[in-house]
Amino acid sequence: MSSETKQILTTDGIPLEVSLKKAEKKNKIKAFLLVAPLLFFLIITYVFPIGDMLFRSVDDKMVTQMLPKTFKAMENWDGQELPDEEVFAAFHEDFIKLVEDKREGKLSTQLNYTKNGFKSIIKKLRRASKKFEEGNYKEQIMAVHKRWADVEYWRAIQRRAPEFTGQKYLKGMDMYVNEEGKIVSVEEDRRIHRVLWLRTLEIAFFVTVFCFLMAYPIAHLLATLPMKYSNLLMICVLLPFWTSLLVRTASWMILLQQQGIVNDFFVGIGLVADDNRPEMMYNKTGSYVAMTQILLPFMVLPLYSVMKTISPSLMRAGKSLGGTPFVAFWKVYFPLTIPGIGAGCLLVFILAIGYYITPALVGGASGTLISNQIAFHMKSTLDWSFASAMGLMLLSGVLVIYWLYNKIVGIDNIKLG
Amino acid sequence: MALPKYTEPHYRIWHYIYLTICAAVFFFLIAPLFVIFPLSFNAEEFLSFSDGMKRLDPDAFSLRWYKDMIYGTKNPWGLAAKNSFIIAIFATIGSVILGTVAALGLSSRHMPYKGLIMAVLISPMIVPLIISGVAIFFFMAKAGLAATHTGIVLAHIILGTPFVVITVTATLSGFDHSVTRAAASLGSDPVNTFMKITLPLILPGVISGGLFAFVTSFDEVVVVLFLAGLENTTIPIQMWTGLREQLSPTILAVATCLIILSTLILVTAELLRRRSERLRGINR
Repeated sequence: MSSETKQILTTDGIPLEVSLKKAEKKNKIKAFLLVAPLLFFLIITYVFPIGDMLFRSVDDKMVTQMLPKTFKAMENWDGQELPDEEVFAAFHEDFIKLVEDKREGKLSTQLNYTKNGFKSIIKKLRRASKKFEEGNYKEQIMAVHKRWADVEYWRAIQRRAPEFTGQKYLKGMDMYVNEEGKIVSVEEDRRIHRVLWLRTLEIAFFVTVFCFLMAYPIAHLLATLPMKYSNLLMICVLLPFWTSLLVRTASWMILLQQQGIVNDFFVGIGLVADDNRPEMMYNKTGSYVAMTQILLPFMVLPLYSVMKTISPSLMRAGKSLGGTPFVAFWKVYFPLTIPGIGAGCLLVFILAIGYYITPALVGGASGTLISNQIAFHMKSTLDWSFASAMGLMLLSGVLVIYWLYNKIVGIDNIKLG
Repeated sequence: MALPKYTEPHYRIWHYIYLTICAAVFFFLIAPLFVIFPLSFNAEEFLSFSDGMKRLDPDAFSLRWYKDMIYGTKNPWGLAAKNSFIIAIFATIGSVILGTVAALGLSSRHMPYKGLIMAVLISPMIVPLIISGVAIFFFMAKAGLAATHTGIVLAHIILGTPFVVITVTATLSGFDHSVTRAAASLGSDPVNTFMKITLPLILPGVISGGLFAFVTSFDEVVVVLFLAGLENTTIPIQMWTGLREQLSPTILAVATCLIILSTLILVTAELLRRRSERLRGINR
């Protein structure tokens, strides 16, 4: 047989294979065009801005732009001994310009981040520079304060020359680059961020464990009860799920306050003395209790949907083969629920690790998480690049878990309600 | 769940322990919501049950905080409620349209890079809200949309679409595509087929996705905290400010209204879910 006869032609005389491929391609484009509006909307308003955060977190142009001539002159300086007149002259020129624009304060704040002690000597320099005579700036500047004659301070300025820096990420882990250019940790008692990271992980972990321990029995009950009862009980899970987060946090604030209902109850049954009511809010306890209750539905729902598919005859078979109910449960039922456990735990952990509102309201100082620190830098210190760096560090952690979730459960298997 | 007669005593005891644990967990889940309800009718200014309330004295109860919520001077709740509803409604419409159309494309067999695109579309739901808040704030500030309704609506569309995409793709997974082919073979154009055949069948999924988007927007506070100015205050923002500064019973009155609203939404969502299961059951 020749190949001519093998080839099937459509009515237009095109080979069938080509025609099918064409149709396939057309369908692909059609499907993509449907997704395109949302995809591009999200890319522009969401994915790019997250990329922008990445850029901001390493961006260090501010000082570079404030001292352009100084850094140009510093290119030939080896950093061993004091720079020569050329650098001092350039620095003077840049500095005069900054004083004219009233921006020397910003420079001192920025340089102070790199090395303590710049604030006062820049103030002194501003005052002295009004009386400076032309030429020989090196001696004039060095005469203002002895630190200006210290090579360490000039090295500190030089370290701000690059337009990009990773120091915000180091700061997020309580580390910095010291005078010799080595990465070291800050003193023990100033390691606030490490404490926060560890606490965030700790709270997210324990909240996940508590949620699991509480959700497993009730999901089992919901899945095994007859429909008419389980539907009623399901409301107890779904109503909190649909209720505003702030409402639920508010109710915990009422319950847990010192004169609140839980404390009243403890006093009533004689567990604690009336004048010795424990603090249950504005500390870790508050965060634990409120977050566990708020995230519990997210654990119950995936467990329930998995348990619903397990046939009760499997447990009966296990028992009829001689297993006690406990053995039947442990060897037959429990392994079948592992996909649900994985889904629920990862979901709760992801949500807990980025929690902001509830810890901020009931967590006090010892119950706040890394999110609260990010918000603090966004709103109070306005150190947006640091907030971005911390945000991206948190995000990368979440993405790892998200990736695991995708591997184990599959993104398209997420069920809601 | 009745136990068979032959159950041994220690399993019987264990069973009752199990039921007690379940009851305790259900209590833990639902009881906090019911604390708010009676306290919002408190005649006094305290956030705990007064002696009068414990005795069920009618004088201990009043509608004073509800009156304060509606008529109170300098009260922000009116403006906040108006803003919340306007923002949530527009955000829902936007999310539903974008999300449904995207879900149609995603559930097509021919969709290239399905996993990757799905991951991008779902990401606003997975990324911690504080990070979304920072990122969206940077975008809105650059686009000059910070402290505008438009900016907040767009932000809520971002956060709401994943829910619509998920619910509609789930509905479409049980969808019998031969009905659309039948419509096409009878000469219907794609838009007509969608409006007359596909949409009515997937409508329960679309509406329940819309409800999710509505609740997401109505309840959202983290992103709005970054974006909103004084004019754009919403109910969650007012609650947040109130809870941080001073817990007044007026907040409890608002919270009670919100619980009633969420009950209504829950009932609607449940009815829709059942209807959707029925509709899809016919198709199978």
